[in-house]
Amino acid sequence: MQSGTKAAGRDFAPSPKVDAVMAAERAASFTKRSIKSKSKLAGLKLALSMLDLTTLEGKDSPEKVRALCAKAVNPGAGQADLPDGLPSVAAVCVYPNLVKHCRDSLASMGALGRVKIASVATGFPSGQYPLDVRLDDTRRAIHDGADEIDMVINRGAFLAGRYDEVAEEIRAVKRTCLQEGVKAARHDGEGKGRAISLKVILETGELETLDNVRFASDLAIRAMDEATRELEPDTIYSALHATNGTARNGTHEPHGTHRSYSSFDFIKTSTGKVTPAATMPVTLVMLEAVRDWYLETGKLVGVKPAGGIRTAKQSLHYLVMVKETLGALQGVNELHAGGWLTPELWRFGASALANDILRQISWLHSGKYRANYDVTEA
Amino acid sequence: MSKNGETNGVAVQQSPSTSRISRDSNSAPAGWEYSPAPETTKVALKSSYGLFIDGKFAEPKGAKRFETINPSTEATLSEVVQATPADVNRAVAAARAALPKWAGLPAAERAKFIFRIARRIQERGRELAIIETLDSGKPIKESRDVDIPLVAAHFFYNAGWADKLGYVFQGQTSQSPKAKSGKGSLPEIASGVRPVGVCGQVIPWNFPLLMAAWKIAPALACGNTVVLKPAETTPLTALVLAEIFEECGLPPGVVNIVTGDGVTGRAIVEHPDVDKIAFTGSTEVGKIIAKSVAKPRPDGKFKRLTLELGGKSPHIILEDAAIDQAVEGIINGIYFNQGEVCCAGSRLFVQESILDTVVKKLEIRLASLRTGDPMDKNTDVGAVNSKEQLSRIEHYLKLGQTEGAELRMPGYSGEVSPSNTGSKHGLPSKGFWCRPCFFTGVQPSHTIAREEIFGPVLSVLSFRTPEEAVSRANNTPYGLAAGIWTEKGSKMLSIAKQIKSGVVWCNTYNKFDPASPFGGFKESGFGREGGVQGLKAYVEV
Repeated sequence: MQSGTKAAGRDFAPSPKVDAVMAAERAASFTKRSIKSKSKLAGLKLALSMLDLTTLEGKDSPEKVRALCAKAVNPGAGQADLPDGLPSVAAVCVYPNLVKHCRDSLASMGALGRVKIASVATGFPSGQYPLDVRLDDTRRAIHDGADEIDMVINRGAFLAGRYDEVAEEIRAVKRTCLQEGVKAARHDGEGKGRAISLKVILETGELETLDNVRFASDLAIRAMDEATRELEPDTIYSALHATNGTARNGTHEPHGTHRSYSSFDFIKTSTGKVTPAATMPVTLVMLEAVRDWYLETGKLVGVKPAGGIRTAKQSLHYLVMVKETLGALQGVNELHAGGWLTPELWRFGASALANDILRQISWLHSGKYRANYDVTEA
Repeated sequence: MSKNGETNGVAVQQSPSTSRISRDSNSAPAGWEYSPAPETTKVALKSSYGLFIDGKFAEPKGAKRFETINPSTEATLSEVVQATPADVNRAVAAARAALPKWAGLPAAERAKFIFRIARRIQERGRELAIIETLDSGKPIKESRDVDIPLVAAHFFYNAGWADKLGYVFQGQTSQSPKAKSGKGSLPEIASGVRPVGVCGQVIPWNFPLLMAAWKIAPALACGNTVVLKPAETTPLTALVLAEIFEECGLPPGVVNIVTGDGVTGRAIVEHPDVDKIAFTGSTEVGKIIAKSVAKPRPDGKFKRLTLELGGKSPHIILEDAAIDQAVEGIINGIYFNQGEVCCAGSRLFVQESILDTVVKKLEIRLASLRTGDPMDKNTDVGAVNSKEQLSRIEHYLKLGQTEGAELRMPGYSGEVSPSNTGSKHGLPSKGFWCRPCFFTGVQPSHTIAREEIFGPVLSVLSFRTPEEAVSRANNTPYGLAAGIWTEKGSKMLSIAKQIKSGVVWCNTYNKFDPASPFGGFKESGFGREGGVQGLKAYVEV
């Protein structure tokens, strides 16, 4: 299937337009909510459990990744004044070369599969590589142990109006995730078949307008769904039955005709390498795209803002936005308990955020506000 | 390690069946709820307030008093005086006596007083916001972020004009005989510009202090003196404003504040020594006032009059609108201040092709609105201002259904019927409450599409072509405001030009700014408030 041939015949339904002034106003309204006492503590723990603890530097070392994993599994270790029962974060997020170190490190702590390994792939952050290189990047990351692939879209093609090409590349990566997932070793070592979640990074800072953000969101959501429907249930189910004798080793049970084998896929704002990264208006527009997709199809897609979310307070603002945009949808809890206010459907991509959340939790817990040096580095 | 084992929110791959229950109370509650966030700052309210006449608070001998209550609890907040016609006489006399000196002040000096008042309003902003919420039932979020900042802004804006009126009325002054100096005439406040005189101002309960600011600030800037009557149910912030006038050293008699009901209002309107009446309120009362003012005073002069009355404003959503933002505009248009807004977008016209989508999104969005304790910082919709107003709203909730429209009460799962509208579901038994709701299947002939409800009740209608939207939108005795949503500029401008209303908001709603004139067409009144246009009502040129 070549881009621009079959894809040219695909129907790109127009996306709803976005009024930037009113979207910004609505986004700002979430920051006015007053989150106190119990709801603050619950919100902070929730935010912690939704973190993709990230390091994406050229100088990243295996040792740094081991520290990151330790922090991910037990974020409050070594810090006084924290309550018991803090959650682990959702995932660690690293470059493909470091995935195997994450796998070894998490395995040594018995946390493999519980704290997910997310890997940026597909020629992150620019995506300016030939498609087969990007697909191979994806394949290797999964082979090394990644549970989640954070891919970048081809912004050049998008901005040039070559939407078919963008969509086809997303489909290709999604197909790779599904196919490689079937072949990949399970984390418990018993057979093969791992649910691979795909996060499509729109790099909204380069898309510039909210109209583009909305259209890119819709395009990515549709493309992931198309690829999933192309391969399922035949390929995936039969492959899994053949390998394991069960099709039920994904993170989620199939939900009627809507959900099937695999974790939820995501759309994600940014690489963190471009300014502006995640903003509330941009994330709001993506939430609206996800909501409209659910209303249209009954399917759930996750959202991950990444970059620029540094403070506990910001993370609460985002949770308020999720709650008030997607909290009142009927039928979601039956598909996935807790809806978007769970790590399966909402993530924060951040590195500094974890420690600010921990400092706020310790303040709520003990009345003491810890210094920066009291919380451990990752 | 082990302490995190079971509390982690992330599903364990090997045991999918436990992924649901592993999210315990320590990590990710399935429903994350907001804790109560009440505004707890204490404000000092007096147990009773006198009348503010000639720079002093005083209680007339043998005065009758009445209570003002908190509409969300029905608890008494304070008592105020029922001013008699004799009290109004004294207030008008004080205003008359203060007039020559106040009008004769150098304009920049007058401006200083108004600037000082504006700053003091900001300094006492939190207190004013709390009192406004206590007395009116509106959410603290709105009184804090909308009402009080706008009050200060109106004083700042008009203070700025005080010494620049010559520029405003440049070229408009030469022909008018009234502007010529004569016996007993007031001093010029700019070349060829004189104050009107004593202004009688009667204001409503929906934006108590903001309406006072709209009336008082331009009057003072133009050298007039004022007798103002706040609404019966919401007198408190106007009385605190009087305290601020005292603090700022405003000369006695320049602003007088008298409390009371319609009898007091009538005494002001019919007073022979009042030069101008400014009224904001119902069309019904506005018509009575217009009749009364149509008769000349004993000295043969006519009173001036501006009226800002009711509305049934059309809110038009075209199929090429940014729908999610339009839904926000609809919400803001009708549920802001419990819908107790004269320019509320109470008639929603949605283009046929997107009607179902808009109704669905409206339903979803409405379910996330938080109705309840106005003092909670997270409350979106507070209490209805009075028992009378609530029963008026309830009348329409029943009538709309019996006339054939379908009432939708999101957040209420029971069956809705004329005898049980669900409008009180989940709300306290004390206080005056109505859940935000809307009607679908509304026909233009239905009463709920024609009469002003003044509550959190929206009537949803549809249209097929822009031409039909315009003709339906204009099919009303009112003409205060309108809203248009489309991403296409030419369409927006073409429709905006054809709508007969004082304000047309495009891709937004309920935006207020002191620099922007506000006022109605047809039965929504005449005269403009705000902007340079608003100054005209307060000068003779």
